[in-house]
Amino acid sequence: MLRYIVKRLLVMIPTLFVISVLTFIIIQLPPGDYLSNQIAELKARGEAAGLEKLQFLRAEYGFDEPWYVQYGRWVGLLPGPHGFSGLLQGNWGWSFEHQRPVEEVVGDGLMLTIVLNAAVVLFIYIVSFPIGIYSATRQYSIADYGFTFLGYLGLATPNFLLGLALLYFFNVWFGISVGGLMDPSYIGQPMSWGKFWSILAHLIVPVVVIGTTGTAAMIRRLRANLLDELHKQYVTTARAKGLSETKVLWKYPLRMALNPFVSDIGNLLPSLVSGSVIVSVVLNLPTIGPVLLDALTSQDQYLAGFILLFVTVLTLVGMLVSDILLAVLDPRIRLGGEVRK
Amino acid sequence: MTDTFDRNARPASTLPHFVSQEPFNPYEAEALTPEQERIYLASGWKMMWWKLKRHKVAVASGIFLLLMYLSILFTEILAPYNSTTRHADYLYAPPQGIHLFHDGKFIGPFVYGYDSEANLKTFRWDYRVNRDKVYPLRFFCQGDPYDLYGLIPMRFHLVCPAKDGVFFPLGTDRLGRDMLSRIIYGTRISLTVGLIGITISFILGITLGGIAGYFGGWIDSAIQRVIEVLRSLPELPLWLALSAALPVNWSPIVIYFGITIILGLLDWPGLARSVRSKFMALREEDFTTAAVLMGAKPSRVIGRHLVPNFMSHLIASATLSVPAMILGETALSFLGLGLRPPITSWGVLLNEAQNLAAIEFHPWIITPMIPVILVILAFNFLGDGLRDAADPYH
Repeated sequence: MLRYIVKRLLVMIPTLFVISVLTFIIIQLPPGDYLSNQIAELKARGEAAGLEKLQFLRAEYGFDEPWYVQYGRWVGLLPGPHGFSGLLQGNWGWSFEHQRPVEEVVGDGLMLTIVLNAAVVLFIYIVSFPIGIYSATRQYSIADYGFTFLGYLGLATPNFLLGLALLYFFNVWFGISVGGLMDPSYIGQPMSWGKFWSILAHLIVPVVVIGTTGTAAMIRRLRANLLDELHKQYVTTARAKGLSETKVLWKYPLRMALNPFVSDIGNLLPSLVSGSVIVSVVLNLPTIGPVLLDALTSQDQYLAGFILLFVTVLTLVGMLVSDILLAVLDPRIRLGGEVRK
Repeated sequence: MTDTFDRNARPASTLPHFVSQEPFNPYEAEALTPEQERIYLASGWKMMWWKLKRHKVAVASGIFLLLMYLSILFTEILAPYNSTTRHADYLYAPPQGIHLFHDGKFIGPFVYGYDSEANLKTFRWDYRVNRDKVYPLRFFCQGDPYDLYGLIPMRFHLVCPAKDGVFFPLGTDRLGRDMLSRIIYGTRISLTVGLIGITISFILGITLGGIAGYFGGWIDSAIQRVIEVLRSLPELPLWLALSAALPVNWSPIVIYFGITIILGLLDWPGLARSVRSKFMALREEDFTTAAVLMGAKPSRVIGRHLVPNFMSHLIASATLSVPAMILGETALSFLGLGLRPPITSWGVLLNEAQNLAAIEFHPWIITPMIPVILVILAFNFLGDGLRDAADPYH
């Protein structure tokens, strides 16, 4: 088991390297950079004050060096003017727009993003598990058709539009605003039970909105897998031995169907994280989604780069966890065998 | 051994020797009735079509999508107004109901006009329905001028407002432009984004997946690694970053192509993967070996023998990934990083609905959501139907 985890972790290193290079190239793509834009603007206005500081910053971050040198300094593989100081050394860079270090700008947003995504995964499991089993064991019942139809709708409705619609209808029907992370009266207050519950209540809508598509996909998958298993001979054997229906279900087919249930969350994660970014913008949640959007539009490259890298690492870690869970469940995987799909 | 049994002796009452003059058909025993022949000898595509026809929802979705795509050709005629026609007296006017009877008399479809009044408390225009202003709709009429396909100057519209009246069945936006007309114009961009994007993703997916699957070895593992990395990236932040990288000074039409390319560039891994696994299975088949032994070049084996064999699968999975592209464009434009006005797409229209205040006071500006959801639903149903039909022997 330990060997499997170590192997899996080692595989992640080259992936991370490639992704960080890719991220850096992407944020470097727009012509110009934040500082030269500022400098051009100052020059156009004929202001000399501040020019020197910007020139200094340009030199400091090596904006005139080739991209691989800049990349090396950003990650911390190459020494900058002050020695090694990059992501690997815990220096996340400087946000030019906010004039503060990146970690201060993203701060709580990181934690909230993780909490939100974890809550969504939990939501998907909790909702899709019973519904999937119900649909499979009572195939072609009215409820099964109902869930299938809802599933189609859930798959087709883009989550940010759902968020927009909920925002409107909650406002019209209940007169409450579902946007934001907490009731406005708690903003700036120290943490208390009231504030905690307010945050929890405000998390429900975004979790549901982000989770619908994934839940629908999971229900479909679990239903199909379970149906496959239920028609196999060993189920008939189990029934013939006189086991009760529940015991038949829990003892054999469910365990088989659980495998893809765990591994699929890894495939769903990228779309969940995508969803959380855009839904946060719509529902005005202080995750890193809105910050990323701002940083991208203003070419605040270290901020944008860090957030892009962070969401990718988040998905990678999620996939790692799902792989490890799968290995716990299925001995064939940790022993290096092939997964049966 | 006495000669009691003569093998060659013929009984006296034997039949005369007879040879039929009719031509002999060795396949007679296996002959098929015309009905069977039609089924057994049908091409793969025909089988697929028969199977698809049984899937009523998929057929209905297909027809709906076909109509939507056809409407792209007649956008200017279908829309009552041009997408840029402004009505300064009708800013954020609510939708007008279409009525048939006025004062108990049937006068055909018409709308009531509005009386507008500036509300100095809310700084908005208040619109009241005026039952005296009756604007009967005109059909097949002359309205806003436009150039059909950018060439033929025309004024012909399917529906126009009354001569001095207005017709806003879905209300107007911030600048007093008719929402219905803008949604019809948006169809053109929103629907074609998916098609161009899928073409790019198709070409990349088939080429790279084909190379990986056919040659195997280190090429295969290299392409596999790329696919794995790309699939583990969250799409939307990447799309955002890439479209933010499009220079601001590009013309809207170039931006449009840029966005479709970005959408296509990140979509191919899924397709390449299925192409690869199909290739792996098919290259072990006897007919492939036969083609190779007869000296066919790889390009011929791939193009003539392998690709046609799983084209139907590919089309099904392409149908299922078009909606993702349409959604991607909508999301990007909605966030303001995708297409920009004057290009009109559903996402650009929804961009106006970004804040709660706008939705609260003018809920009709989120109506572009409806065509988005309908089209995506239709693509999903059609894709599911095609996927089932692509396995005609099941």
